[in-house]
Amino acid sequence: MSDNSLFHIENLCKSFGSGLVLDHISTDIERGEVVVIIGPSGSGKSTFLRSLNLLEMPTDGKIYYEGQNITDKHMNIDKYRQKIGMVFQHFNLFPHMTILKNMTLAPIKLRGLSEKEATELAMGYLNRVGLADKANTYPSQLSGGQKQRIAIVRALCMDPDVLLFDEPTSALDPEMVGEVLEVMKDLAENGMTMLIVTHEMGFAKEVASRVMFIDEGKILEENTPNELFDNPQSERLQAFLAKIL
Amino acid sequence: MNDFIASFQNNFIDDNRYMYLVEGLGVTLLVTLFAALIGIALGFIVAIIRSTYDKTGKLKFLNVICNIYLTVVRGTPAMVQLLIMYYVIFGSSNMDKVVVAILSFGINSGAYVAEIVRSGIMSIDGGQLEAGRSLGFSYARTMWYIIMPQAFKNILPALANEFIVLLKETSICGYIGLMDLTRGGDIIRSRTYEAFMPLIAVALIYLALVMVMSHFVKLLERRLRSSER
Repeated sequence: MSDNSLFHIENLCKSFGSGLVLDHISTDIERGEVVVIIGPSGSGKSTFLRSLNLLEMPTDGKIYYEGQNITDKHMNIDKYRQKIGMVFQHFNLFPHMTILKNMTLAPIKLRGLSEKEATELAMGYLNRVGLADKANTYPSQLSGGQKQRIAIVRALCMDPDVLLFDEPTSALDPEMVGEVLEVMKDLAENGMTMLIVTHEMGFAKEVASRVMFIDEGKILEENTPNELFDNPQSERLQAFLAKIL
Repeated sequence: MNDFIASFQNNFIDDNRYMYLVEGLGVTLLVTLFAALIGIALGFIVAIIRSTYDKTGKLKFLNVICNIYLTVVRGTPAMVQLLIMYYVIFGSSNMDKVVVAILSFGINSGAYVAEIVRSGIMSIDGGQLEAGRSLGFSYARTMWYIIMPQAFKNILPALANEFIVLLKETSICGYIGLMDLTRGGDIIRSRTYEAFMPLIAVALIYLALVMVMSHFVKLLERRLRSSER
């Protein structure tokens, strides 16, 4: 394990009933990496991502975060999750709160920021994604692309070490995908550690430092995007790429 | 017309008989208000225990107790519950009848409120809980800041309906000798041997109360809804 290691994952397994969704996954994720996870639907890629912040409890195996075993019973999961931002396919903004409140609730209640500090922080991010004029509107007034950009900056307001993206553009109209990917690219260029489950292969090629191909609960291949896309080793990855490219 | 005035005079003015209605109304409102408060408290607690069990598998023992409570209360008539509360549970003590009625109706209402609140919690998309938890909120704080405010808005009409039902249901208080509004009207009837005036008056008072309650709920609903657009 290098000093730069953020996640160290050992034989991670997850089963629902009798089905094994994650089958002994082992890998390391370093600070500053942008890992894109691809694979057919039902392959376990979302489950893998969600087990990193324990939205799915692993049935077996260990996940170390900065050397600490987060699957340990004595782990303070709430404290841990504050450091792990998550962006969902369906945005999951809080419909009963304004955009600003969506972003400042957790920093005020959990990080102990004052209302003024949290508002300044949130407005800074809103400016960065070009949505400052939406601060006092409600989520229902936004387009899908705007909602997802808000969801991203809401996660950023917790000052996370890493961001997990679970198919962030899959629920968007095609013309709105670009604006969300743009924000994500900007984050990647600024050194944010990101794990992204997506079907946007162009984005993976351009932004990822590593691409992981998961099928039937196993990491079948992981490599730099160029290597992985141009020179796929396993038959299944070849078949998968032939279908989607 | 003169008959009407004479009847009115006889039923309400003579011997200050209207005071039966005024005092009865006070008891009815008192019982309804405090029973509603108990119902809300009980209902929310039971609903939170039950939905926590449904979502996380925790609180198994409490969930069993809640299920027994719901089954018993919803499976027996409110009037039988009131009679048992008065003659059996508090049979040997000198507990104030108003308190007995408040407890009985509160416990009864709690069961219905619980199911309403639980349906409200279940109606909130699971992604809301996940979003709250992923930001680092505990289960309890996610419920408080994120799930409950949305659930409450969804269940408001059903909840208001429950309290309208409760208000009218307290009219069985007379069975334990409590002088509520209905009993007040009935006493006038027994004094004047006239049924029309006192009973219609009682009905109109209930109707007016329900209309006022409905009006305030509508205002509140509009206010809550406007915060979303």
